Parts: sequence; structure tokens; C-alpha cells
Amino acid sequence: MGRFILQRAGIMLLTALCLTFIVFALTNLYPNLEKLAKTQANSRMTDTEVVSWLENRGYLQPLPVKYGQWLGVLPGYVIEGSDGRTRARCAPDGVPTDDTPRFCGVLQGDWGTSTVFREDVAEIVGKRLGLTGWLMLAVMCVMVPGALLLGVLSGMREGSRTDRTLSTVSIVSTATPEYVSGVLFIAIFASSAVGLKWFKGTATSAMEDITFANFTLPVITIALYGMGYIARMTRASMTEVMTAQYIRTARLKGVSFRNIVLKHALRNALIAPFTVIMLQFPWLLNGVVIVETLFNYKGFGWTLVQAASNNDIELLLGVSVVSVIVVLVTQLISDIGYVFLNPRIRIS
Amino acid sequence: MEPLTWTGTLGAYLNPLLALFAAVFAVAAVAQFILGFVLQPGRTTANADGTLSVERGPLEWIGEAMKWSFLGIVLVVLAYLLGGIVTPYGTGGIIGAMSARFLPVWIALIATFALSITFKRRLGLYGKLFDSPIGMVGFGLVMFWVFTAIFGGPLDMIITHDPLSQVSGLKNKIPGVPVPGIEEMGVGAHYLLGGDNLARDIFSRMVEGAWIVIQIAPLATLFAFMVGITLGLPAGYYGGALDTFLSFLANLILAFPVILLFYLLVTPEIVATGIPSYMAAVLFLFPVIFLGVLLNSRYYTQPTFRTGLLIVVLGIAGFTYLAIISQRGTPLQILPNAIDPITINGGILVVFVSVVFVNAPTVFRIVRSLALDIQTRDYVAAAQTRGEGAWYIMLWEILPNARGPLIVDFCLRIGYTTILLGTLGFFGLGLPPESPDWGSTINEGRKLLSIYPHPALPPAVALLTLVLGLNLLADGLREESLKD
Repeated sequence: MGRFILQRAGIMLLTALCLTFIVFALTNLYPNLEKLAKTQANSRMTDTEVVSWLENRGYLQPLPVKYGQWLGVLPGYVIEGSDGRTRARCAPDGVPTDDTPRFCGVLQGDWGTSTVFREDVAEIVGKRLGLTGWLMLAVMCVMVPGALLLGVLSGMREGSRTDRTLSTVSIVSTATPEYVSGVLFIAIFASSAVGLKWFKGTATSAMEDITFANFTLPVITIALYGMGYIARMTRASMTEVMTAQYIRTARLKGVSFRNIVLKHALRNALIAPFTVIMLQFPWLLNGVVIVETLFNYKGFGWTLVQAASNNDIELLLGVSVVSVIVVLVTQLISDIGYVFLNPRIRIS
Repeated sequence: MEPLTWTGTLGAYLNPLLALFAAVFAVAAVAQFILGFVLQPGRTTANADGTLSVERGPLEWIGEAMKWSFLGIVLVVLAYLLGGIVTPYGTGGIIGAMSARFLPVWIALIATFALSITFKRRLGLYGKLFDSPIGMVGFGLVMFWVFTAIFGGPLDMIITHDPLSQVSGLKNKIPGVPVPGIEEMGVGAHYLLGGDNLARDIFSRMVEGAWIVIQIAPLATLFAFMVGITLGLPAGYYGGALDTFLSFLANLILAFPVILLFYLLVTPEIVATGIPSYMAAVLFLFPVIFLGVLLNSRYYTQPTFRTGLLIVVLGIAGFTYLAIISQRGTPLQILPNAIDPITINGGILVVFVSVVFVNAPTVFRIVRSLALDIQTRDYVAAAQTRGEGAWYIMLWEILPNARGPLIVDFCLRIGYTTILLGTLGFFGLGLPPESPDWGSTINEGRKLLSIYPHPALPPAVALLTLVLGLNLLADGLREESLKD
């Protein structure tokens, strides 16, 4: 077991390195850097001015060197610029002194500075993740019980009318992407022209104070899309368990249907959905980006969109490191959890 | 001129009927769902002549009520649609007028269903689809949008206004608003679904948007399948280092948040560097390789026939490949303009490539696991004993036997690709902003959503019904393919 976890962690680290390198390479392509220079300094710079601006700030070093500096395995640059000023990566606002550390990268805990928000990346990511954390928590509280209930109810009597109705509900919910259901919900429940006006169409106020009115629509919108998929997996696993030999034995023994479902079938039927729920996290991340943009909730997904559309290199790297870690850790947990929950599988 | 109401004068008779049936249906459905947990279904007794009779309990009566009220709803809806076609313009309101515009689609749908149901026993899996009600509903929804796309896009039979032209005074106007300057009641006298915030006709834009989606989504899915199959079969069949490497690559792409990937690939700066063109050059190579290997492995025992066939097929495929990847204004301009018959709008190519890129790893994983499973079968061992080549076994023994799950996944994946296209449009990536595709239209409509909800709703509902149709179709196919 220990070796298995170690091996998975190694692969995880390698994946994270590869992914950040790809993001790093794509954000550091010359047209992107040119755009960055023009938005940061002066939009009417000539090409030579752009080059010297970038050169002075270390953007034109070879890619592996820059990546190493960002990671913190190579010493940060110290460049005497063409304008006579000396800039160093590790001394953001001035001339480097003797106290300036040589290395400043992710490994040293320095995530860099966002060029859009003019703030520390670690600070931004931390704050935004906190906001998204609340959203995710609420989504999980709605989605998981709802999906399991839907799946178990439709799977316990396969082919019954309840089953067909609930299966249709879950198909409809998987076929409704967040930007469609969000638009429909806002039009029905929040539109000031027509509609019921039960909830608010934006969640901006939920960043300070979460209320039922401003948080319901975003949560339901994300939960709905994931719910159908989990429910279908639960249903499949439940129908499989309900046709198993030991359930038939229990039935023949005279155990009541309620006890069969609750005591005999449920535990085995919930093993597969656990994996699926864990693997839903990457999808939820997608949903979070869409919903936070739609409802203007300035969390992690909103930050991703801002960083990506402004080519804010260090913020984008921070955001992608976090999201990649979320994806990989949930994969790891789902693998380990599957082994723990399912007594038939043993990793030697 | 008068604005159109939703149901026109027909509504005076039909609306109360619809309300009645809908109310009965809703009450019956809720009652059945709740009472289903409490009451027992009616007792069944076996008769002497071998038939079964069911006693009618309360549950059965509720079931009857549901059945008849549902039939009633369907009939009323049909009356709305038919009424709009038969009566003159305006009598059937907005719904009637739209139904009349969709007349070619209805005719094509009825013809398709009539032909397919008549010959369903000779049509294999496609014919069996017409045994499953869910599959039929899904197929109907999908074909509705396919026909709408074909008749509305290239044939230009459905739209009422130009999807890009603006009529002053119709900005954000509600559905059924009359177009100023037209006095005569007839096609084009109203904006059937209202105007968007640039005063363009929403109905025409929705129909035009269908053409964009129907062009890109199935083709992109097909390309993703070619890539996934060409890489997944050897990964599953050979295993070992090749498998480890390819699986690692696939997991790498899958670990990327899709939206981040889109932002990294589709922004104008990245397009300027030509990375999407190079990716297109790599990804579009796979269908050519697939075709070549497929035919070569089948006919290599007849060298003369094989060589001729390969020259013809690979010649055509290779030329198409070169024509597609060499586009003006990109770094890859291989063919001279004079013999380059295919020009693709740059935005569409980029969108296409990124959608294929995102979908291919999932297909790879499915094909790989299917190949792992199927290669243990006896017929594969038999082929190996016969001395067949590895690619023959993969493409002509394993692949045909994996077709069931692959066809089902293909349907689901077209739906997913549609969702991805919508996501791209929703973030304003790739396609030009005035493009009528559904994602971009939703993106534009959402900005004023709480004041004017009507511009965003038609494309949202259109996308929802198409994806739902594909999901139901996949469900029906799965059910029918499991029956034998």
C-alpha cells in the first residue's frame, strides 16, 4: 500500500511539473509577452522599446532558465538594464542588496506578483480559494445526497415507473450545461422583467454574506450538472447489486424490502459512486469557472478567467498549479478509497 | 401593425385545454410518485386461458389519468403546430408562424420516420432504435436540429431575416414585435422571437447557429475518435512502455482544466504564433494514417489491388489533408492558393482543433480499455495463430467487436462536444463575436439577462434540446445493443 501511494505521488509530481511547464511555455510565447509589455508599460511602444522593456525584466531569457527561476531551482536573475537600472527577480521594487535571497521561486514559497491585481499571487489565490471553498461545500452538500437518493431510488426497482421517471430526470440534468441552466434559472427565478424574483441573479454580495437569496442559484446550477452523472452511476451500481445472489437469498429468507435495501444493498452499491464523486472534482472546477463568471462571484474560477484573459503569467501559473493539484489529489483519493472500501481489491 | 401574441387567435380555444391537461398530468404525476412508495400495485391473476389480468387499484387509475392527459397535451401541441401551418400567417401566433417556417423540417422528419419504421427490420442497429421510445424521441430531437441546420443554413429556407442585419428600433424588443416599414401580414413582418441587443432577429440567429454546431460537433468528434482509436488500439494491444507513455500523455491533458486549456490555445496571440495550425497538422494526420493502415492491413495479401487502392485513397486523403492544413495567413501555407480548394475561417479551425484535442484523450482511454478486454478473447487468439499481422487484428478483429460501446460513446460525445463549443462561445473565445452560434449568442444575451431574458433563452433551449436528444439517442442505442 505504501509503495502504491509513493508511486502515485511520484507520477503526480511529474504530471504537475509537465503541466506547469506547458502553461509556462504557452504564456511566455513572444506575442503574449508583447501584449504584456504593452498593457503594463505603454500601449504605443515601438518594437525595440518592447524588446528592451522585456529584456530588462528578464522575460527574454531562455525558457528553461525562466522556468527554473520560477520554480526556485535556479538563482533569480540580476540584470543591469539598458536604462541603467539594475533589476533583480528577488528584489521586486529596487536595487538588490546583500540581503536579497539568491533563489526565489515556488519552492521558496514565493509565488510572484500578479500583474493585473498588483498583489501577491499566494495571497490572491488563498483568498479566492476560500470563497470558492464555500461554494464547493454548498454544492457538495446539495449534490451528493441528492444524486445518491436519486440513484438508489431508481436503481432499487429497475424498470419501474419511478425508475424511468428518475432516469429521465438525471439524463436531462446531464444534458444541461451550467451556462444553459444558469441562464434558465436567472430568467425564471431572478429576472426583474418576468419571472418569480425569488432569488438574486448575481452572487457578488455572497462574497461578504452568504444568504439563501444570493447563493441558491449558483449552487443549484453547479450541482445539477454533476448530479445526473453521479445518479446514473449510482443507479447502475444499485441495479447490479440488487440482482446479486445474496440479495436473492435475503429475499427468500423473508427479509423485508426496506431492510434489504438499507442493510444489505446500500453499502455495496455506494462503492462505485464514491470513485465517481471524487472524479467529479475536475468537472466541478469547470462548472465553478462558468458559474462564477455568470453570477459574478469573484472566486477561484473568476480569477482564472481574469488571469487567462490578461495573460497574467504568474497568477495563471499559481491558479493552474492549484487546479492541477486538486485534480491529481482527488484522483489519488479515489484510487485509495476504492481499495479501502472494496474488500475484493487488494493491492499487493 | 399588430404585434403577434404567442398563440394568436387559435390560443383562445387551445390554451384552456392545454392548461387543463397539464394540470391533470402534473397532479397525477406527483400523486403517482408519492403514492408509489405507499400503495401496492394491483394484484395480477393468471387466467385459465394463459392470459394475465390486473386488478385496477388506485395506482392503476392514476396511471390511466396520466396516460390520457399526456395524450391530450401532445394533441394540443400538435394542434398548435398544425394550425400554424394550415391557417394564414398570424392566426397561429408566434408558435404557429415558427411552425410554418419549420415546414420543410417537419416534412423531412416525417419522411425519415416513416421510411425507417417501414424498413426497420432490415436496418440493423439503426432499425432497432425504433423499438425503443426513448431512442425514438432522442433521434427525433437530433434529426430536428440536423434538418433545421441543413434547411436553414445552406438551403436558406427557414430564416425570416438576415442573421447579421440590424433593424433600428427593434433593440431588445420582446418576441412577436412587428418590423417597422412592413405593412403586409406575411413572412418577415415580425421578429418572431424578438430582437437582441444589436436589434438582430433572434429566431434567424438561432437557426443559423444550428448550422455552425451541426457542421463542427460531429466532425470534431469523428476526428477525436480517429486519433483515439489510432493511438488507443496499439496502447491496449501491445501494452508495455508505449502504453505507459501514451496513458501518461492522455492523463496529462485530462488533468488540465478544460477552460484553462481553451484560454491558452484560442487567444489571438497564440493563434498568431501558429501553434493551433501545427496542432491541426498533427491531429489531422491521424485520419489519413488510420485509413492507410486500415486498408493496407486488410488487402496486403493482394498486393496489386492493395497498391492501386492505397494510391487512390491516400492520394485523395492526402490532398484533402494538405488543403485543410494549409491556410492563408497561417505559418503553414504549403499548397499554392491556385490549387487549394478549401478555405476555412481561421476561428473555426482553431475551435475545431482545440475541441478535438480535448476529446481525444478520453476516447483514447475508452478504446484502450476495450482493446485490453477484447484481446483476451478466443477469436483474437485464433487470428494470432493464423499469423495475422498486429494491425489486422487490431483494426479488423478488435475494433469491429468494440463497436457497440464506441457508437454509444460517439453519440454522447457529440453532445459533449456541443457543450464544449458552447463553453468556448460563452467565454467569447475562437469564433468572431457576431457569429450566430449558440454559445456566443448566450454569452451576448447574459449581459442583460435580468432585464431582457428573451435573447439568451432560445439558443439555451436549442442547445439543451440537441444535447438531450443525443443523450436519449445514446441511451436508446445502449438499451437496444444490449438486447442481443
